[in-house]
Amino acid sequence: MNAIDISNLTKYYGKSRGIIDLDLAVKEGEFFGFIGPNGAGKSTTIRTLLGLISPSGGNAQIFGKDIVKEKEVILQKVGYLPSEAVFYSGMKVKDVLKLSADLRKADCKDEAEKLCERLQLDISRKVEELSFGNRKKLAIVCALQSMPKLLILDEPTGGLDPLMQREFFTILRERNQQGTTIFLSSHVLSEIQRNCTRAAIIREGKLIACDSVEAFSKTSAKRVTIHGSAALDKLEGIRDRKERDGAVSFLYSGEMERLLQVLAAGHVTDLSVSEPDLEEIFMHYYEKEGERK
Amino acid sequence: MIIVKHELRQGKTAFFIWTLSIGFLMAVCIFLFPEMKGEMDGISDMFSSMGSFTAAFGMDRLNFGTLIGFYGVECGNIVGLGGAFFVSFCAVSILSKEEKDRTAEFLLTHPVSRKRIVTEKLLAVLIQITVLNLIVYALSVGCIAAIGEEIPWKELNLMHLAYYLLQLELGGICFGISAFMRKGSVGIGLGIAAGMYFLNLIANIAEVADFLKYITPFGYAEGADIVTNESLDGCMVAIGMAIAAVSIVMAYLEYCKKDIH
Repeated sequence: MNAIDISNLTKYYGKSRGIIDLDLAVKEGEFFGFIGPNGAGKSTTIRTLLGLISPSGGNAQIFGKDIVKEKEVILQKVGYLPSEAVFYSGMKVKDVLKLSADLRKADCKDEAEKLCERLQLDISRKVEELSFGNRKKLAIVCALQSMPKLLILDEPTGGLDPLMQREFFTILRERNQQGTTIFLSSHVLSEIQRNCTRAAIIREGKLIACDSVEAFSKTSAKRVTIHGSAALDKLEGIRDRKERDGAVSFLYSGEMERLLQVLAAGHVTDLSVSEPDLEEIFMHYYEKEGERK
Repeated sequence: MIIVKHELRQGKTAFFIWTLSIGFLMAVCIFLFPEMKGEMDGISDMFSSMGSFTAAFGMDRLNFGTLIGFYGVECGNIVGLGGAFFVSFCAVSILSKEEKDRTAEFLLTHPVSRKRIVTEKLLAVLIQITVLNLIVYALSVGCIAAIGEEIPWKELNLMHLAYYLLQLELGGICFGISAFMRKGSVGIGLGIAAGMYFLNLIANIAEVADFLKYITPFGYAEGADIVTNESLDGCMVAIGMAIAAVSIVMAYLEYCKKDIH
């Protein structure tokens, strides 16, 4: 059974686009990445799945249950981490956790305690005193404490320091190994590359690619910048070449070994190899889409 | 009943402030009565000669020199208007505040149906206005007894019943509006309460505007009419309750299909 099954899902806000004809399937037990720039429709997709907004067309199932008709059954099995978590002011962290557990008719005290300790969240603090990062931690504990079968995470790491991010992903991987399906929406590519097995890319409301992360990494290019000279013309797989202030910068999607050979043979005084920013990856996928058609 | 409990806890500060304010003002008024009674002859003459101002507050039909006459005007305004403001404030924000404060995402992604959320929030409003009225009523009886006046049970009960019904109606209307709102709605709620109050004043002053009494809930909560007739106007009450019921049904219909942003 698929954890998430989306077919032809469409959402318009009045006349403006949310998502158009989205088709997507996430298998049970997968660690699935959902990538796209701001405004691409990631949150719209998630909010539709959770029943916060109703679809304009198409349908979707979570664990085989219809997202419109059987919303409450679905939500019982889903933990959701919103990108911007806001809680009722005046409440303490532990009261929020208790309220969340009560609304699920579950007793999650032990799990909540464990999670708070791992994430170093003080449960006696008042919600409005929490920093953005600490609010995020509270949202994480809320989403995870009931041990849901599916976790839907909307840009989860914003506001978390690197150490906490690492701890958070460690917890997620543990959960994933225990069989939890994870749907991770993000615009941080490295997060997806490091953790997910499969991923989908969404842009302007449409799904433009869906593949294993391994396949993505192979096809996705690196942004290489060199100072000095090298026989770059010998290389295959160079795109978007720019020269500025004696530096040459290009997108490289060829073999890494070949690049190293060429660079070693030349005179390179400085070198940087980085992930291309998301926009470049999208351009890459756009071109690919164009070629196929 | 988790949401009911949660709402009551969230609203307790506002609830106590309003209840205490209304109760305190009313108690002060009642305790002023014995002192005023002695000078009442002059005051009654003065009040009855202020023309439409007198009519607006029903003072042309009530005898200020009797406790119930005094109560109907002074305390009626305090409890009627105070209660109306509180219930409007409470009901108009109870659904919309989730979106305004951006907590809707938290609440609505828990396995609770929208219908249940509406029901529990409505219950929370009902409980608050019921308790407020009971406290104010008990306080009122206590204060009247304390100044040594005989308690006019029938009129008093009818008046407080009318204020309660008035609050139910305003609460229903504001609850309905709340389902449609996304942002600050408190102004609208208080505006409705104040507007309804003034409609009744106009109806009291101008005979041609008498029909307004059928629109505003203050029409059937008019102390002067209640004391004179020793009953509530069933027709006005029925219209009011029907309006409240329709508003509440609208709230259910809207909130259950609403897109939450």
